[in-house]
Amino acid sequence: MNVLLALPVVLPLLGAGVSILVGRSRLAQRVVGISVLTAVTGVAVAILVHVDRHGPTSTQSGGWPAPLGITLVADRLSALLLVVASSMLLAVLLYAIGQPGAERSHVGFQSVYLVLAGGVAAAFLTGDLFNLFVAIEMMLTASYVLITLGGRLEQVRSGMTYIVISLLASMLFLAALAFTYSATGTVNLAELARRVPELPFGTQAALAALFLVVFGIKAALFPLYFWLPDSYPTAPSPVTAIFAGLLTKVGVYAIIRTQTLLFPHVLPAGLFYGIAAATMVVGVLGAIAQDDVKRILSFNIVGQIGYMVIGIGLFDVAGLAAVILSLVHHIVVKTSLFLTEGLIELHGGSSRLNRLGGMVRTAPGIAVLFGVAALALAGIPPLSGFVAKFSLMAAITAQHEWWVLAVAILVSLLTLFSMVKIWVGVFWAPAGPAGGEGPAEVEVAPGPSAPLLMLAPTAVLVAGTVAIGVFGGPLYELAGRAATDLLHPQPYLDAVAGR
Amino acid sequence: MSVLLAATAAALFGIGTYLVLQRKLSRVIVGVGLMGHGANVLLITAGRRGRSPIIGSSDPSGFADPVPQALALTAIVISFGVTALLLALAYRSWLLTHDDEIADDAEDREVARHGHRDAELVDAAAVEPVDPEGDPTPGEGTP
Repeated sequence: MNVLLALPVVLPLLGAGVSILVGRSRLAQRVVGISVLTAVTGVAVAILVHVDRHGPTSTQSGGWPAPLGITLVADRLSALLLVVASSMLLAVLLYAIGQPGAERSHVGFQSVYLVLAGGVAAAFLTGDLFNLFVAIEMMLTASYVLITLGGRLEQVRSGMTYIVISLLASMLFLAALAFTYSATGTVNLAELARRVPELPFGTQAALAALFLVVFGIKAALFPLYFWLPDSYPTAPSPVTAIFAGLLTKVGVYAIIRTQTLLFPHVLPAGLFYGIAAATMVVGVLGAIAQDDVKRILSFNIVGQIGYMVIGIGLFDVAGLAAVILSLVHHIVVKTSLFLTEGLIELHGGSSRLNRLGGMVRTAPGIAVLFGVAALALAGIPPLSGFVAKFSLMAAITAQHEWWVLAVAILVSLLTLFSMVKIWVGVFWAPAGPAGGEGPAEVEVAPGPSAPLLMLAPTAVLVAGTVAIGVFGGPLYELAGRAATDLLHPQPYLDAVAGR
Repeated sequence: MSVLLAATAAALFGIGTYLVLQRKLSRVIVGVGLMGHGANVLLITAGRRGRSPIIGSSDPSGFADPVPQALALTAIVISFGVTALLLALAYRSWLLTHDDEIADDAEDREVARHGHRDAELVDAAAVEPVDPEGDPTPGEGTP
């Protein structure tokens, strides 16, 4: 079992190397990429099953014992996220291979993509705060390359913002690590969980706030979200899809891990509610103001992150279970929305609402895919968003935080509105001159029909949002067990310490 | 000694922040680099001071704490790689624009200019010709 834990990190990195070696053959690169990610998905499922039966498990890489060596550890939360993340990575890779563009015209795409996969897995599995920094850097550095792939002017411009912001967050993270080490003398999560409560309360609060800021930048929380809607839309759609699905969620995962394990009840719940409410409102209002499909979806990422932060503020089993469920739901639904957006762009030749139209007739298949995913994001039963939001609102109601509940419901409605805006603009608006007076600048030349390799992964992910809704019960129970682990971390700590 | 190092870190962070807030790309990159150095200095100060920690050279109880040094080394390697990437991008930006100014977000300005259109129905905006000059007077046209 212990060897399995290293595989999700090691396999993609080895695959990245091999992918460079066989760079002359695109077919060989694809075989390497797909087989590595398939293997990682399989391993992740095995880890999840094992961890759910036997509790957290760990391995000490290189045989160095815990406080000094690098510990890889999996509990239910990280194993669940690993399963979802690796299946998303696989689906998006297939989509990217099918799509004309990014993957075909860049030799480095596959290997950089695999490094990203390794970084995401390492971030979920690490039991060491400094190693979390390294994992996030690995993931981000790969993302810097992917977001500027192609080197077009607007990509360079927005990619620059993205890189500089991420670097600032990394520098703050490094400073936070330095403070943590000088206060406690360790960066191992198990040791930290033991020593942090012995610190004076002021020091604890300062460290907790610093880590919240650092991961808040990565997760795009208010007021540190502004880089996201600016930079994501310029990347090729499979790249945006995987960023939207995974990168901000790694930030949320890190917030959950640090705030529950190291700083429980240090920061006031009201702080989390305030941040969450502001994030949700700003995100959804920003989405409504935009008139480009990719930008609407990007602002919606910000809005949805707010829901997860509410649950961290609630800090009980129901609240954290709802956060975990929201994470899973949001990873799947956001990835599928951006993949659908890629299909729209391929078919309509643009992502701007006023250049698109009439696709409900010209591309009914895409309309169905988008419709289901959009309703899932808004939280319409029986789709995944309903399960996630219902469990969250039940948890809020149990703690009598009525104003938070009101904001959450309002933002839900506005999210639906922003999705309807895309629906009306892309699918219902009259296409071409038929619809309006005045010179028709709207040119909707029906593009090539989408390749099967693009349609199939999108359809599978959209079906996944339905499945999360239908199998909401077992998934919620799993999330509940994961949340219980977070609140009673002794088995996790024992696993990290290698006992 | 540690006051001196703390002051150094503070100065590096301060100058770095000032440079990052500039509009010239080259200054931003230097600023990010300086902040990285500030963070590394902080890491070094986090450990115990002492003689160089080489096993067998002397009594281990007088050694400096080697862990933060290892951490700082890792951080230096990472920021080296990322700075190289950033410089490559800056060069690309210079090739494309012959300037190292950071431009505004074009889409944001577009939305700010045409924002009032969204008050109308979206499909009305869809059939309206896009006016490249922008800025039709609000309150005119569609009620």
